[in-house]
Amino acid sequence: MDAQTIIAKRIALELRDSMLVNLGIGIPTQVANYVPAGIRVFFQSENGLIGTGAPPAEGMQHRLLTDAGGRPVTALPGASTFDSATSFGLIRGGHVDMTVLGGLQVDQSGLLANWMIPGKMVPGMGGAMDLASGARRVVIAMQHSAKGKSKVVKACSLPLTSVRPIDLLVTEMAVIAFPGGRATLLETAPGVSVEQVLAATEAELEVPQHVPPMSL
Amino acid sequence: MRTLSLADAVALIPDGASLMIGGFMGVGTPERVIDELVRQGKRGLTVIANDTALPGVGIGKLITADLVSKVIASHIGLNPETQKKMIAGQMQVELVPQGTLIERIRAGGFGLGGILTATGVGTLVAEGKQKVAVAGNDYLVEPALRADFALVNAFLADYLGNLSYALTARNFNPVMAMAADTVIAEADNIVPVGLISPDHVVTPAPIVDYLIAQG
Repeated sequence: MDAQTIIAKRIALELRDSMLVNLGIGIPTQVANYVPAGIRVFFQSENGLIGTGAPPAEGMQHRLLTDAGGRPVTALPGASTFDSATSFGLIRGGHVDMTVLGGLQVDQSGLLANWMIPGKMVPGMGGAMDLASGARRVVIAMQHSAKGKSKVVKACSLPLTSVRPIDLLVTEMAVIAFPGGRATLLETAPGVSVEQVLAATEAELEVPQHVPPMSL
Repeated sequence: MRTLSLADAVALIPDGASLMIGGFMGVGTPERVIDELVRQGKRGLTVIANDTALPGVGIGKLITADLVSKVIASHIGLNPETQKKMIAGQMQVELVPQGTLIERIRAGGFGLGGILTATGVGTLVAEGKQKVAVAGNDYLVEPALRADFALVNAFLADYLGNLSYALTARNFNPVMAMAADTVIAEADNIVPVGLISPDHVVTPAPIVDYLIAQG
């Protein structure tokens, strides 16, 4: 299983029946491919859709039905559409139960940086700051390291997305939560040892006595 | 409400005007108006919109044609030309969180001075902004936004200017229609009065100043 699949499959286990969920671009989008059987989840696209479905079959695209990246999607039975004020009212107002976002850095107190690299990448924050501040639960899908450097850091060196800590970080190596503002190792990926996680992590990690493997 | 030809409607817009333009990555953007702005060569425009789309799509065409001096948007990441012009100092870009942007526009159209939001507190977005505490929570004071013109795209317009929207093409359009001195609507379909049921009118006719005739 590649890194992205491990992350997406593990995060999908956080989904519960009837949840309203917003998925960011990239790895987070793949979470929709692994919704556990027997539950119904409402996916929001912040451009104004609840009930976002898979991309349509070739030739079935509608130019006025896209996700937040502008790609054609389908609308599932029971879908609804609305304007951007309502869409962000859903996000800031605590109606979105969970958001899954990508990350550039997460620090040991759970703070997230995911919207810019000064001088290099300034795409604009889009909806990321509203989601990180407003969604009931914030889950980050992120590769553990980039170019040999840990992205799970002591303190974010990149500009923060929000001062509100995230709830859960899932990488291809580990599941990390932040109870009491301290990064705590909850699970390791199949075939990955606690020692390997610690070696790949710049942040100080609390390690409970028992760290189970992800059950994918 | 008056119906105008595309060319006459766009001729109302002077160089240097501020424009709110509906759409999200080009979906729900009044594309004919954009093409006519380029054809008439309007200069020094301020564009308030969610994003600058892609080169060759929607607002991206205004960027490519060098008609824009300032952009207020939440996302420019999919248009490398916007980023290039911003870095070169040819174009001023103000990046605003998407939820804050739409709510500042809503405030502008709904007679409010601004909004209080927790989004951006403690980040670069908070720099230079007033912060207030209400009931123990910190909020940024974000001022209302208005523009000289709102350029909106609707799926249906009737002869009076009632508008309704389709699927994800609604996005910023109905909110912007409330927040500009002059509202110009381009509709995919123009239908007789009565065909849009009152419950399905999203932007009421008195809000719309000009409806562009089908070309």
